[in-house]
Amino acid sequence: MRLFRFLRPVSSAPVARQRLQSLLDYERRLVTHSDLIAVLHEEILAVIARHVPVDQDQVQIRVDRGTESSNVVVDVEIPNASLATASFWVHSARTQAFADDARRWSR
Amino acid sequence: MAKVVVVTSGKGGVGKTTSTAALGAALARSGQNVAVVDFDVGLRNLDIVMGAERRVVFDLINVVQGTAKLAQALIRDKRLETLYLLPASQTRDKDALTEDGVAEVIAELRVRFDWVVCDSPAGIERGATLAMRFADEAVVVANPEVSSVRDSDRIIGLLDSKTLKAELGERMTKHLLITRFDVARAASREMLNIVDIKEILEIPLLGIIPESEEVLRASNLGAPVTICGRDSAPSRAYFDAARRLAGETVDMVIPADKEGLFTKLFGRRAA
Repeated sequence: MRLFRFLRPVSSAPVARQRLQSLLDYERRLVTHSDLIAVLHEEILAVIARHVPVDQDQVQIRVDRGTESSNVVVDVEIPNASLATASFWVHSARTQAFADDARRWSR
Repeated sequence: MAKVVVVTSGKGGVGKTTSTAALGAALARSGQNVAVVDFDVGLRNLDIVMGAERRVVFDLINVVQGTAKLAQALIRDKRLETLYLLPASQTRDKDALTEDGVAEVIAELRVRFDWVVCDSPAGIERGATLAMRFADEAVVVANPEVSSVRDSDRIIGLLDSKTLKAELGERMTKHLLITRFDVARAASREMLNIVDIKEILEIPLLGIIPESEEVLRASNLGAPVTICGRDSAPSRAYFDAARRLAGETVDMVIPADKEGLFTKLFGRRAA
């Protein structure tokens, strides 16, 4: 009803601004750093997986773009249970290496 | 040695050609030698906006391919003797532009002029990337509207990665030029305002060109608005922007068209 047009809020600009900001946040990450993010993700995951059993989804990387410089934020989620087993892992890996060495020398 | 400036936007119809002509003429007005170069091969328009459409003999492609000399293709403006136009070809397409060819033309223009203003085609393909390729600075033209701001952001990304300057690890200087700005609608929050756009795009502001019928009038008459409507609001805004481009500090005000009593009483349409 045209009669009630005046009831409609006219300030659509804040909506535009908010939509643009969230969209561009996403697109900047996608476009500017797509290769870098993929490479970093793969390599960081490999390093962590050497010590702690970790899933692909548990390592998150994002870039916060600033005017002068940007922040690369790496977020690694490790379940407490894995942390507890991590030292055992490292220990057992060393023991295994020692055993391998011993076997090699004994030959 | 000239400063090479690319006028770009990603989105079409936001005012790249109008702004190239207006800034070029404003810079030439101060006595400096200016060349405006149309990179929109196949869809040239800088010639018609500047009123030189009937004087085009040779064009950018001829010079790039060596079938004409630069001096033969340059058209001197009839009103400002320090202003020159290098038109694009209308019959060819963007594939006729080669990177080496463009590099040579720009290098030659650098020696002869104080300013080389390159009018980029819309889009992010060959024409647009070659227009920005050898630039020292960029003017990003945006309208206070979501699609234009989004495309400008994409162009800023390309300026920072695909230009020669960026590849050499140098910083590309970028300026934001907001065109078709409506002060009243922005004030009532119907339209994105200057702060919104500046904060989203994060590049410094070169100027704010108010929406005005003088811009259409100037293009109808075939003259940059800084030549034919010199006292109009958009013209004054372009003169300020040109001074800022040249390094001057000028207060950021949005000029308004002066309204006579008759227009105030009866509105513009009545006249």
